[in-house]
Amino acid sequence: MEIKLKIWRQKDARSQGSFVDYNLSGVSGDMSFLEMLDFLNKTLIESGDEPVAFEHDCREGICGSCSLYINGRPHGPGDLVTTCELRMTRFKDGDTIVIEPWRAKSFPVIRDLIADRSAFDKIMEAGGFISVGTGSAPEANSIPVTKEDSDEAFDAATCIGCGACVAACKNSSAMLFVAAKVSHLTLLPQGHAESAKRAQSMVAKMDELGFGSCTNTGACEAECPKGISLAHIARLNREFLKAGFRG
Amino acid sequence: MSNLQSKIPEGPLADKWTSHKNSVKLVSPANKARLDVIVVGTGLSGASAISTLAELGYNVKAFCFQDSPRRAHSVAAQGGINAAKNYKNDGDSVYRLFNDIIKGGDYRAREANVYRAAEVSNQTIDQMVAAGVPFAREYSGYLDNRSFGGVQVSRTFYARGQTGQQCLLGAYSGMIRQIAKGRVTMYSRRDMLDLVVVDGKARGIVTRNLVTGEIERHSAHAVVLASGGYGTIYYLSTLAVGSNATASWAAHKRGALFSNPSFVQIHPTSLPQLNDYQAKLTLMSESLRNDGRIWVPKEKGDKRHPNEITEEERDYYLERRYPAFGNLVPRDVASRAAKERCDAGYGVGETGMSVYLDFSRSIGRFGEKTIEAKYGNLFEMYEKITGINPYNEPMRIYPAGHYTMGGLWVDYNLMTTIPGLFAIGESNFSDHGANRLGAGSLMQCAGDGYFILPVTIGDYLAGEIRTPRISTDIPEFEKAENEAVDKLRSLLAVRGKQTVTSFHKRLGKIMWDLCGMVRNEEGLKNAKKMIDELKEEFWNDVKIPGTLDELNQELEKAVKVADFFELGRLMCQDALERKESCGAHFREESQTPEGEAQRIDSDFSYVASWEYSGEGNDHVLHKEQLTFDNVKMQERSYK
Repeated sequence: MEIKLKIWRQKDARSQGSFVDYNLSGVSGDMSFLEMLDFLNKTLIESGDEPVAFEHDCREGICGSCSLYINGRPHGPGDLVTTCELRMTRFKDGDTIVIEPWRAKSFPVIRDLIADRSAFDKIMEAGGFISVGTGSAPEANSIPVTKEDSDEAFDAATCIGCGACVAACKNSSAMLFVAAKVSHLTLLPQGHAESAKRAQSMVAKMDELGFGSCTNTGACEAECPKGISLAHIARLNREFLKAGFRG
Repeated sequence: MSNLQSKIPEGPLADKWTSHKNSVKLVSPANKARLDVIVVGTGLSGASAISTLAELGYNVKAFCFQDSPRRAHSVAAQGGINAAKNYKNDGDSVYRLFNDIIKGGDYRAREANVYRAAEVSNQTIDQMVAAGVPFAREYSGYLDNRSFGGVQVSRTFYARGQTGQQCLLGAYSGMIRQIAKGRVTMYSRRDMLDLVVVDGKARGIVTRNLVTGEIERHSAHAVVLASGGYGTIYYLSTLAVGSNATASWAAHKRGALFSNPSFVQIHPTSLPQLNDYQAKLTLMSESLRNDGRIWVPKEKGDKRHPNEITEEERDYYLERRYPAFGNLVPRDVASRAAKERCDAGYGVGETGMSVYLDFSRSIGRFGEKTIEAKYGNLFEMYEKITGINPYNEPMRIYPAGHYTMGGLWVDYNLMTTIPGLFAIGESNFSDHGANRLGAGSLMQCAGDGYFILPVTIGDYLAGEIRTPRISTDIPEFEKAENEAVDKLRSLLAVRGKQTVTSFHKRLGKIMWDLCGMVRNEEGLKNAKKMIDELKEEFWNDVKIPGTLDELNQELEKAVKVADFFELGRLMCQDALERKESCGAHFREESQTPEGEAQRIDSDFSYVASWEYSGEGNDHVLHKEQLTFDNVKMQERSYK
């Protein structure tokens, strides 16, 4: 099939970017979306143009590298998929596809479709851990964890840190990301001791880094490729309030 | 250098690690604060080493090519992590885990290293649980275990189908805690281009900042490579497409011997290739083989829908050939058996290059709900990619390049042949012999990073406490930087017509066809020649747009592919020299009358360790003889 692409091109963080149009023929339905971009890049390179820079690595939906805003949706059409899992069968001959990087003040674009998401690591540094040194752990089965808590912690822990939640949010809030991390660790007895402090410092860091506030529209949940639930935000708020009461 | 000193401690096998820990030199806290350590790679081995070294008090400089250390390819490990906890009371022990790894590796790994890996496995699980890794639990609240490819006990801890991601997040969280404390300086989006050796010791690295293109110098008292494997040499593999051998290869060219490079695991359960544009093969965890049965039609070229082929018309070839282990035979055996059926014309799918993995019996027996609880996310992933619902019809699978058992030679202290240069995790050769068992990779990576390297590196650094901070303004750094820049400039200067990827695909095909699941002398000799020719073509006709001083993904790829030509040639040389079959290395000339791998212990019980001897030349072989005092070497039979 033949498709029309409108792709955001930007030389580097300091330059102005703009959309550039490409017509691409010979696209096959069994290509993944990123393989379609590989194919575009091959064509561009062979004709002497600069290829489009985009991030990707595992190409199986687990590393969280890929991050494209496709036709107005993070990771494109389809629910519970990352861009690398998106197949071209989703599109038809003659379609126009608009591809942009994540748009958020805290995720500056560094080239074409690549945004700098290191702010997530900074939020994690503020408390996304259990303070246990190597060697000081007790026997693994000494603390039973109910299957329900363990399963719910796991559901939160499936966050791949891709940033779709931020890209989907009109305020560019990172609440779902922070909530997933806080929820994962708080639900486990091992992480419980630090939970209030953790919630407070991660939220403070999120605010400091310029992420917007959460207004509960649920756009993040709808676009999360791992289906992280808004319920985790409620838990984060509870932990945050607890921290407040304790002063 | 032909007399490789493995430095295995004296004494009974079970006491070696304890007595070694009691005898290594220690570094005082005040001195640790004056010592710098570089760690390249932030996967499970790197991240666990980084956090632990920083907790000990060393100044750590950490490097990864990804935008965040949490994305390293350990995230993609699906099935699990082994430990000898014996929670199931099924007769497991440290010795049995050790014995299984040695046997699974077809007696081509070092006993002492493997025993130690098994020994620290239990502590690793304790550490991970304490760090918040949400391993699967039973309703009682206690940890669950499952059995996993190639063994007869249930010792595998797992977190649904994404154990690697959860283990890495655990190690990453420990690491960022140290970054926050200022004990670790994180350099992400960096490629290591060269190792700097000063007076015979590893003293630093040269990196390229992948955003600005700037070439940087970083010094330290010791350098640790945790840079993973090189399965992407096949182009199509289960690895992240960014995985590469460049850091290891640079160290190799600076004098670190490279061991058993041709020992590559081809994973039996990957999705088959769909088209020519495909950039990677997606792995389906082999845990699926616990409940799935592998078959092809008994009739050659049977093109009917699998559900129309009756039970009597199916050939469950693994169950037929290996009744004792059936569908759970080790990966190398399962992969070759699939290739054998497909090459003989019994394969299924459009191309005939795949086999069925069928869950109908398990679904009938345990119900769809139970199967969904175990494999739900894998089934979803399969359906997303193929559009086929595996609850209703069998999956189609085929083997794919996966894990490299070969890697940098290390002694018992995980130190390479360059003093002060250590290699951990997949980047070293040490624990898996000629074939790795399932759920053994996370186990080794975490054991190396959390519990082994932090001890053994201290023994080396104790001798460095009088060495002041290393300056980067010395001739050795300048020379390494200049050479790195020259290489990048030469790549850009070619200005040919063909893309880097087109060369990588062609190299991958040579490697897959001639140095993949099955090898023979003629093919390997041809492969070496073809690689040399392709390399020359690459250096004359590759087209890399852009410049040195900007974000340039084509240049990044070109650096990796340029190294792969050299590594690929060495893999062929290694496979040629080893005129036996063992584990994943199957030489057609060396097989039993039934077509199984024929080891030749009298001639090949050694680690083949190769010394670089200049551009385009054959490498020089050094042998480390392997002795087995604690296991009986036997034919690896799964019948």
